Amino acid sequence: MNASLPFFLGHIWLIPLFPVATAAIMLLSGRKLKNDAVSALCCGSVFLSFLFSVGAFLQLLALPAEERLATNILFQWIPAGPYHMLDGRLANFAADWGFQLDPLSAVMILVVTGVGLLIHIYSIGYMGHEGGYYRFFGYLNLFMFSMLMLVLANNLLLLFVGWEGVGTCSYLLIGFYFHKKSASDAGKKAFIVNRIGDAGFLLGIFMTSALLGTIRFVEIGPALAAGQFAIGDPRVTAIAFLFFVGATGKSAQIPLYVWLPDAMEGPTPVSALIHAATMVTAGVYMVVRTNSIYKLAPSAMALVAVIGALTALFAASMGVVQNDIKKVLAYSTISQLGYMFLALGAGAFSAGIFHLMTHAFFKGLLFLAAGSVIHALSGEQDMQKMGALSGKIRKTYLTMLAATLAIAGVPPLAGFFSKDEILGRAFRYNHFLWLIGWITAGMTAFYMFRLLFLTFHGQSRVDHEVEHHIHESPNSMLIPLVVLAILCVVGGWIGIGGRFEHFLNPVMHIQRHTEGFQRVPLRGPEGAIRSEEARKELERDLEATTPAAPSEELILMGASVAIAFAGIGLAWYLYIKRTDLPAKIAKSMNGFYELVFHKYYVDEIYDALFVNRAKDLALALGAFDRNVIDGAGVNGAGWLTRFVSKVSIWWDTWIVDGSIRLGSFLVYALGFVSKFLETGYVQNYMLLIVIGLIGFLAYYFHLAHHVIH
Amino acid sequence: MNMPAVPAEWYLLLSLALFSIGVVGVLVRRNVIIMLMSIELILNAVNINLMAFSRLWGDVNGQVFAIFIITDAAAEAAVGLGIILAFFRNRETLLSDEMDLLKW
Repeated sequence: MNASLPFFLGHIWLIPLFPVATAAIMLLSGRKLKNDAVSALCCGSVFLSFLFSVGAFLQLLALPAEERLATNILFQWIPAGPYHMLDGRLANFAADWGFQLDPLSAVMILVVTGVGLLIHIYSIGYMGHEGGYYRFFGYLNLFMFSMLMLVLANNLLLLFVGWEGVGTCSYLLIGFYFHKKSASDAGKKAFIVNRIGDAGFLLGIFMTSALLGTIRFVEIGPALAAGQFAIGDPRVTAIAFLFFVGATGKSAQIPLYVWLPDAMEGPTPVSALIHAATMVTAGVYMVVRTNSIYKLAPSAMALVAVIGALTALFAASMGVVQNDIKKVLAYSTISQLGYMFLALGAGAFSAGIFHLMTHAFFKGLLFLAAGSVIHALSGEQDMQKMGALSGKIRKTYLTMLAATLAIAGVPPLAGFFSKDEILGRAFRYNHFLWLIGWITAGMTAFYMFRLLFLTFHGQSRVDHEVEHHIHESPNSMLIPLVVLAILCVVGGWIGIGGRFEHFLNPVMHIQRHTEGFQRVPLRGPEGAIRSEEARKELERDLEATTPAAPSEELILMGASVAIAFAGIGLAWYLYIKRTDLPAKIAKSMNGFYELVFHKYYVDEIYDALFVNRAKDLALALGAFDRNVIDGAGVNGAGWLTRFVSKVSIWWDTWIVDGSIRLGSFLVYALGFVSKFLETGYVQNYMLLIVIGLIGFLAYYFHLAHHVIH
Repeated sequence: MNMPAVPAEWYLLLSLALFSIGVVGVLVRRNVIIMLMSIELILNAVNINLMAFSRLWGDVNGQVFAIFIITDAAAEAAVGLGIILAFFRNRETLLSDEMDLLKW
């Protein structure tokens, strides 16, 4: 630990420690605690984390831009020792239990602890009537710990610990209502789909350590520069590709997005915190964190951009036809994450992070407001059974309106700035990808206002029984809504004039040299010179893409705003003015509507291609187990043993015992025959004696006769 | 006085006759008392044999043996008659073909 650091920067390791302490208390002995104590402990620990995050952020800001990096290494975690890298050189593998705070992780911890704190407070009201209150908060705090580990880790392996931790908490919280089959199934689905991505990520980590000899973030950039890797080097591209596989799983991109809509089975605060604001952005964070690798892999970047754009469009189209309020938001989340990846692929890393932050505000708020609506309607989630709620739950309506305007990209709300930034960069990267993003922006505005109109405007379609119980949510739920609404409005302003990008710049451009870097083997003096050239070359490339003509920027901005208002207008026309039209349109293109309504049958296709094939494989292996292992193996051995023992019994019975019985039988038979000599008549014995005597004499005389002659 | 000596063959023939009579008596008579008496005949045939050879060889050992045999015969008669008497009290018979308790 660096003693020269200011207090908060020297104690960033405490930030994840607070939530894990309360999580441990909740999960070990939470059952005995009263709800008030649970709320106080869990919200208190997150509040402490938030305070430390703000403190650390302020102290980081106070440093000069070039020195904004604080590292706390608690202890060495895996001192695995030397190993051979791909090129045969020796490297020393080491993973620390180490935390690092730079502008990127500073943004992330502020978002995570800030939004996390608000959602914790919201949960006090929302989960107050539910069973398992302590369990919910325990999991939520465990999630906070994992997420903070993820964003504060100073190496890939520790990041992976957080990565798996948030996945586990996501699983636990999606399946929070575990007695409901759909919820527990959704939890398993999320976990398994994530696992596919995780496998890719893990392989990427292995490959990084094999190729670069280090997994510390601060050393990756210098190692890449020192390794003289050409731009587009297939090994570096492979790493970037594998990392992106991990990102598609965690951040719900094509083809691994299928778990996120199902994840809406979890309680609404969970959807807001984990499946909108924080965890699903882990993939974005990870790609930005390893941006030095991606910069050397243009083809991987292109893939990221294309997948991001396609996911954005694809998910938005499904969001248009959903009727479940949370499902609409889920598809919207997937779509917005697609935006972020589009930005990353286009090289606009800070724009991606910027959108990540504003998205955390407005999507968190949308989910919380949706939760408030659901709460007001006693659990109803179907938008076809809502309507005309704007007067009855006015505060919820106003906050949701702010969030909807923000996500639709209406200036000057948060979403406008971040989305405009992404579209601008996408336009310079590839006009076609920009077009997809632009259309998606219109669809986003459309489906969000469709949601707003169906929920709050028009005729009331609320069930009669539910109608009487409509009530505004308690203050503990409303205060987070209001705070987030304010952030939705003002949150984008920090991006004006490139201030946000400038703040993040050190992470993207400067490859820091630290004392730990000495462990990365260099190839000698010419390697160092070459790396310096490569760095300059990279920075020239980046600068070349950065500036843009102001007129072009204005035109793009105008286009974004125009399509946003077009989407809003269309939603207004279809769901306020001519409410009969949507059904007609759906009918007129029935086939296509059905296709989209059933989510392009992707789940069914996956079931047919992978899930059922995996089940077939399991059945086949089961049959193999039963028939070959159990049948031929175990039962065969049993049969063989029985057979051998039967042979042994036969041998024992007939050969061993048999020979004895044969002996006894022979003795018996002899006795049986000879017993008839025993007549009992003394004269018979006498006769025998005489016969014997005569026989003896005859023999004797016969012998004597021979002797004489 | 000088009487012509009786040749040894005569003694042996007498002995043989007595022996044969005794053996046949034992074999064919069913009355155990008669069988006992036949055994006495066999013993006496042996005695005559012993005496004849004692006389022929001038050796007194044969006469000693004969006295032993006479004593033995007396003892045998006493024991044999005792057994016969005991048997008769149990089975009320003296016929050897009714003494079949030891058969198979």
